[in-house]
Amino acid sequence: MATAHSRSAARLMMSPAVILLLGWMIVPLSMTIYFSFLRYNLLSPGTEAWTGFDNYRYFLTDPAFFDALGNTLVLVLGVLVITVIGGILLGLLLDQPFFGQGIVRILVIAPFFVMPTVSALVWKNMFMNPVNGLFAYLATAVGLEPFDFLSHAPLASIILIVSWQWLPFATLILLTALQSLDQEQLEAAEMDGAGPVNRFTFIMLPHLGRAITVVILIQTIFLLSVFAEILVTTNGGPGTATTNLTYLVYVQSLLQFDVGGGSAGGIVAVILANIVAIFLMRMIGKNLDA
Amino acid sequence: MKRFANALLCASALSMLGTAALAEKLTIATVNNGDMIRMQKLGDDFTAKNPDIELEWVTLEENILRQRVTTDIATKGGQYDVMTIGTYEVPIWGKQGWLVSLNDLPASYDVDDLLPAIRGGLTVDGELYAAPFYGESSMVMYRTDLMEKAGMEMPEAPTWQFIREAAAAMTDKDAGIYGICLRGKAGWGENMAFLTATANSFGAKWFDMDWNAQFDSPEWKEALTFYIEMMNESGPPGAAGNGFNENLALFQTGKCGMWIDATVAASFVTNPTDSQVADKVGFALAPDNGLGKRGNWLWAWSLGIPAGTQKAESAKKFVEWATSKDYLALVAEKEGWANVPPGTRTSLYENPEYAKVPFAKMTLDSINAADPQNPTVDKVPYVGVQFVAIPEFQGIATAVGQQFSAALAGTTSIDDALANAQALTTREMKKAGYPK
Amino acid sequence: MARAVSNRRKLIVTLIAWTIGLAIFFPILWTFLTSFKTEAEAIASPPSLFLFDWTTENYAEVQSRSNYSLHFANSVIISLGSTLLGLLIAIPAAWSMAFVPGKHTKDILMWMLSTKMLPPVGVLIPIYLMFRDTGLLDTRMGLVLVLTLINLPIIVWMLYTYFKEIPVDILEAARMDGATLWSEIIYVLTPMAVPGIASTLLLNVILAWNEAFWTLNLTAAKAAPLTAFIASYSSPEGLFYAKLSAASTMAIAPILILGWFSQKQLVRGLTFGAVK
Repeated sequence: MATAHSRSAARLMMSPAVILLLGWMIVPLSMTIYFSFLRYNLLSPGTEAWTGFDNYRYFLTDPAFFDALGNTLVLVLGVLVITVIGGILLGLLLDQPFFGQGIVRILVIAPFFVMPTVSALVWKNMFMNPVNGLFAYLATAVGLEPFDFLSHAPLASIILIVSWQWLPFATLILLTALQSLDQEQLEAAEMDGAGPVNRFTFIMLPHLGRAITVVILIQTIFLLSVFAEILVTTNGGPGTATTNLTYLVYVQSLLQFDVGGGSAGGIVAVILANIVAIFLMRMIGKNLDA
Repeated sequence: MKRFANALLCASALSMLGTAALAEKLTIATVNNGDMIRMQKLGDDFTAKNPDIELEWVTLEENILRQRVTTDIATKGGQYDVMTIGTYEVPIWGKQGWLVSLNDLPASYDVDDLLPAIRGGLTVDGELYAAPFYGESSMVMYRTDLMEKAGMEMPEAPTWQFIREAAAAMTDKDAGIYGICLRGKAGWGENMAFLTATANSFGAKWFDMDWNAQFDSPEWKEALTFYIEMMNESGPPGAAGNGFNENLALFQTGKCGMWIDATVAASFVTNPTDSQVADKVGFALAPDNGLGKRGNWLWAWSLGIPAGTQKAESAKKFVEWATSKDYLALVAEKEGWANVPPGTRTSLYENPEYAKVPFAKMTLDSINAADPQNPTVDKVPYVGVQFVAIPEFQGIATAVGQQFSAALAGTTSIDDALANAQALTTREMKKAGYPK
Repeated sequence: MARAVSNRRKLIVTLIAWTIGLAIFFPILWTFLTSFKTEAEAIASPPSLFLFDWTTENYAEVQSRSNYSLHFANSVIISLGSTLLGLLIAIPAAWSMAFVPGKHTKDILMWMLSTKMLPPVGVLIPIYLMFRDTGLLDTRMGLVLVLTLINLPIIVWMLYTYFKEIPVDILEAARMDGATLWSEIIYVLTPMAVPGIASTLLLNVILAWNEAFWTLNLTAAKAAPLTAFIASYSSPEGLFYAKLSAASTMAIAPILILGWFSQKQLVRGLTFGAVK
């Protein structure tokens, strides 16, 4: 099948994508690496000086660094768990016949279309505000004390907001995977006496394997760099409770205009993200080759 | 025949180029605050007087705007011809020579009419680097009806102790009334602006003359403890997430007894369209502790021109128009005196029409009480009342603000918050190479 | 679904599904409703759901203040432009990786995904400097280029996964019937690939439409898309929720409408592991 002719044609066809991405990666990346070895503050130009690994040392010994690392992982894992499980459940639900399927589907998909900044603002001010927000109102209506989401459960609140945004994506992919499931297999199992839970675990779940893998991979890439939601709601606080790695780099590069430090942080983030990706691929990569 | 037609074509093309070249486009970057939106809407007045200049507006939220203009001016991107910047940027950028000097504005501009404190904040080495669009300080806004109900009377220049007592007297948590609403949201321009100015009045300072961080000083501990205790006694829940807008919403819906914040808030809280308590608001100077410095700050949104722009002349014309006495009169005529951009010119405050605005006098007194060149009780190596005009301040203060916000939320103890603030400030200053 | 389902069961499922659907959609509904309230009403507590004085003043204000049509046009050009350019480059690449896989195909795919891992914030200054020097600042072309490059890995990935579904036997059969490479692509592959390409296109348009870092930092007045439009309504000093809601509704509406009409495409195309 893969003749020499088609192999060279294949390579030719791949080349524009590879060359462009290579250029995109190399040029800014090498500039970033270069900057990371300088002491370069945008607001004091002309004082750039070679400073070796100082920027890296500062970034890695920042007391917020380990918090940021932890927060990033918790955020990613939290959202993944909620969206994958929620996506499967919603997919199962939407797969059933009922009235108005099309409308409910668009209702469920809609959050994905909203700009992250806007979602965050709506959640923060209209819902989670302990004095004027909707949740507070509902709480007082049933006689409870309103809960201050963003001060006392900041990371959980952000996980909630981000999950709301990404649930549609997961649901969509998992729903369509479900819809392609062979009904006959399910019916045969049912006739063999398998209960719904068993049917789910042994037939549906493996079928969803590839879909779940793709959801996890793509979402992880985006979740590692969640930023707008944090900026709008908690500014990384209280303390460092919602500072993730991207936010830490932001504080360096765009608040302090410390290009050197920000670049070093960026490189550290890339390295760590790549480690996570390799890890992920090793764990679930085989699912892709069904 | 063909040559003639060609020549005609060329001539008309050139003439079109000529007219096109005459219409210069100014790109103006501004914040999306009410006064700037008003300026945008009144832009027709400028283009009518200067038909060869076209205005293009880029209106953004404050943080994003600051990011954009700073990136642009530092890399000489040339994207903007007029930038809206504040008293934080001007000293830093002026020193770098990034701004065009405005010392050559015509005499009709009457630069001596500018309020001295504001003008001082925008001048570096005798050169005026930005023209103030509106200025603000901070003051106490209080509910006259609640004060009366509590049986207390607000003096013109209260002390912090009085404020604390009044707040406790006005608080009625069951009715959802909180004696005092203050900023708690983390951010160098949010809670740290307030806390820095407040700390000044407690005798504290950010750095000593050798640029050592001062969070381990007893004055800072006193200031922070006072703030947190008062907020715990009389503040609203969730205060650690409340910035200017959140507190504004609380005050306007009648939930706050007092609110100490920017003087521009006065025009919002006395506006019957948005505020439920518009006719029940009184004003007083920001409190002090008798140490000679009050807790009020100073800020002016100003228009600056990046050095190296090709359109300096047109840009200057615009800057002159937007900050002139005529502009103030124009706003008064079209939108009423209460909406005139405050805090820039002495002549505004000498105008009897403007004196009728309830918050005019207190705004002026507050601005005059602030001294950015000598913000603290002790001598300090920096300028700025509620900020320190060094580039590193934004990042450091945001991190410190996070610590203090956590202390307010109760997730960190006051001592830990101060210790963390001290550690991270020292670390960042060392990294930036201070003292220098 | 071959089985007959009882009406009673259908009704119960309808109830559950609609409740959950509305719950998820609620924040958007709330934004839409708030856009018709006055600013004072928007922050009032207790919050009102439908019974308030409906007003269109916010939309009027937004229309008079901002140039919606310019921002909208920019968003359309940038999203469509970057997606089409991305597809142009990605289709051949994904094709070759799916049908002529080499030893390193997996690694190349992973590497492509890894180019998305550098936080944009860390690389802003180098890109800004490059754009300044090449005159690409505040141009739609510049934004199209950047968005193409950042979304290219996703496009390649999705197309690759979809192309892998296409049964190789059909291609073999076509080849044995004497079809050349070109006709193989045009007559056999493309019809089967269209659903996948369509859904990748839609997903990418959405991602590009909402991209709020590069679109804010590399534009000024001329090329600013709807993300900048929104940023001019968020968090000024003063009450803004009603106006922001109006602006958001105007920004989301096109994309929601697009999503509604292309539901089938989105759903059909994403059939991973499906075509048997």
